[in-house]
Amino acid sequence: MELLSGGEILIRALKDAGIKHVWGYPGGAALHIYDALYRQEDVHHLLVRHEQAAVHAADGYSRSTGEVGTALVTSGPGATNAITGIATAYMDSIPLVVISGQVPLTKIGQDAFQETDMVGVSRPIVKHSFLVTRAEDIAETIAKAYYIAATGRPGPVVVDIPKDVTDPSYKVPYAYPAEIKMRSYQPTDKGHRGQIRRAVKTLIGAKRPVLYTGGGVVLDNASEHLIALAKKLNYPVTNTLMGLGGYPGTDPQYLGMLGMHGTYEANTAMHHADVIFAIGARFDDRVTNDLEKFCPHATIIHIDVDPTTVSKNIEAHIPIVGTCNSVLPEMLALIEQSETTPDTDAIAEWWQQIDQWRADKGIYTASRYEESSGNCIKPQDVIKMLYKVTEGKAIVTSDVGQHQMFAAQYYLFDKPRTWINSGGLGTMGFGLPAAMGCKLAFPDCDVACVTGEGSIQMNIQELSTCSQHNLPVKIINLNNAALGMVRQWQDMNYSSRYSESVYEDSLPDFVKLTEAYGHVGMKITHIDELEEKMREAFAMKDRVVFMDIDVDRSEHVYPMQMPGGSMRDLWLNKTERT
Amino acid sequence: MKRIISILMENESGALSRVVGLFAQRGYNIDTLTVAPTDDDTLSRLTLTTQGDDHMAEQIVKQLHKLIDTIKVVDLTQGAYIERELMLVKIKATESHIRTELKSCVEIFRGHIIDVTPVTYTVQLAGDSEKLDAFIEAVGEMGIMEVVRSGVSGIARGDKFLRV
Repeated sequence: MELLSGGEILIRALKDAGIKHVWGYPGGAALHIYDALYRQEDVHHLLVRHEQAAVHAADGYSRSTGEVGTALVTSGPGATNAITGIATAYMDSIPLVVISGQVPLTKIGQDAFQETDMVGVSRPIVKHSFLVTRAEDIAETIAKAYYIAATGRPGPVVVDIPKDVTDPSYKVPYAYPAEIKMRSYQPTDKGHRGQIRRAVKTLIGAKRPVLYTGGGVVLDNASEHLIALAKKLNYPVTNTLMGLGGYPGTDPQYLGMLGMHGTYEANTAMHHADVIFAIGARFDDRVTNDLEKFCPHATIIHIDVDPTTVSKNIEAHIPIVGTCNSVLPEMLALIEQSETTPDTDAIAEWWQQIDQWRADKGIYTASRYEESSGNCIKPQDVIKMLYKVTEGKAIVTSDVGQHQMFAAQYYLFDKPRTWINSGGLGTMGFGLPAAMGCKLAFPDCDVACVTGEGSIQMNIQELSTCSQHNLPVKIINLNNAALGMVRQWQDMNYSSRYSESVYEDSLPDFVKLTEAYGHVGMKITHIDELEEKMREAFAMKDRVVFMDIDVDRSEHVYPMQMPGGSMRDLWLNKTERT
Repeated sequence: MKRIISILMENESGALSRVVGLFAQRGYNIDTLTVAPTDDDTLSRLTLTTQGDDHMAEQIVKQLHKLIDTIKVVDLTQGAYIERELMLVKIKATESHIRTELKSCVEIFRGHIIDVTPVTYTVQLAGDSEKLDAFIEAVGEMGIMEVVRSGVSGIARGDKFLRV
């Protein structure tokens, strides 16, 4: 058997786990590992400028490909900088393995230089974590880490490796386990047969059904099954923020996103539904609004791979624990064999009602905001233009705030894994590094980071990473010179007292800043130049282009659910409510 | 309502902190906690008591089960069960009438006096938590110096058992 040091074992194990790319940042406790990395060519390392970005980039890579993302950081500040990235992945169930260097075993607990209890610090935000104490255990731990991250409800796994465990002078035989079996971890994917039968019966009997689908459909690659089921039944579908692209955004059965900034038709249909079929969604508070008033007439069918999600916030009448791509085809087969069929009259009537809602107040049947004119560019129009210029085929990442909601509302995602955003944790600074991960995975695809002047400054240093690793992403900066969503809430709830949400004259010149990093910067201030400049930007395939677009500073995101209301209680614009 | 939750888990470093961390993180309280390796020393058996309605208990059990290190989790209070707790009490016993009274009290509660000095008696008592509470109540006047309780251990009645 081949003898390798701990550092070499780690890198070899990554290779044997099928890992091609690692995002990271070196430091003292990780130097043996970095030296092993230097002496091979199988695993490609991408140096970032901040560890948070390493984790977000690995995350973006994972979200866009479905593979497990990998980040490598050093101990202490390297590890703690990674925490926000790990928490982001945890909230959205993204499979990652984050490897952190640690001070030597002999120093643990002595408040050594750059020592942090990484396993302890990360405990509430990981699916699992390991502290490796012997070089002999590294290969198996890495195999377990990837297995745990990717299976069941996916999530981030931390592997903390003390420096002496990777000592180059201590060599042990290397063997990568052919198979991982853990008696304490056996995720289920198949749903309960009897429950599935009950669900099918209830679904077929529905008169006002809604399919409410979330990130689970995307994570499970179950989009095709969802489409087949929805088409077979002719039922309306709404996606959560995390589920966008799981059902095609341009399909006539699609109602748009639901929830706090969801469409009028999606939220109203949910409220009046008699059967809600939740598929890989988790009844998040940004969807349900007040739980007491949530969908009063509905029988709830809920598929989720995680038993703790079922009946956590909303009691499911028919719970099914299993993966979407196991349960949905089984349901479809039962529907096809079923002697009963949906009540087509009732469904037609339901569609008529939904079409009425769409026509009355839907954001896709008419423009529900004032038009852009001259130097007043509406942020919604920028997203619509992005959709037009990229022909709806870009991978779009976003940061967090108004621009995120406009992107979610107005870029109609037809394919899963093309909308990449921090839905659960709501992490500003996610967009640019995530876009780097997507661009690495799909170099021939347009990758656009929709951001704001607030969010982009949280990880703007990654423009340098884009240069070093040739990641020509496009940045769409909706610049309203304020923390737009904070300001919107201050407008609505705090009598427009803009406490610390404006920058006054402190914003950088983004064009010059981008140019300083060696990229192309563009300033767009007039609606008439938007299309031409955006086309010009996307035509520069091999360049990072930063489009700094001045948008209407007073614009709000609508619809918006009213606090304490039901799903259908919405502000439709600044003066009109349901 | 009081819940007794029994967990069989990997006897590995960090496993206990994950269980305890989960309770803090999800806003549940732990009233008592006991843990020790089983006859198979790769496994630990942990019993904890908490308060909660059915919905909360179900969530706690599911959340505990979701931890990678846990193998089996049951809410013993869902069926018939036996609970036992061990208590050591040090009581000031300088006067002879107190010593006599204490001895009879210990007998009534089927405890044992396990250490004696001219000024103290140390009593060992096992039973369910209510019995231990009752003993403390009974001897409270006599001058309790220290109470050490192990926390509840529990096991299901009949042929149900927790094993890998």
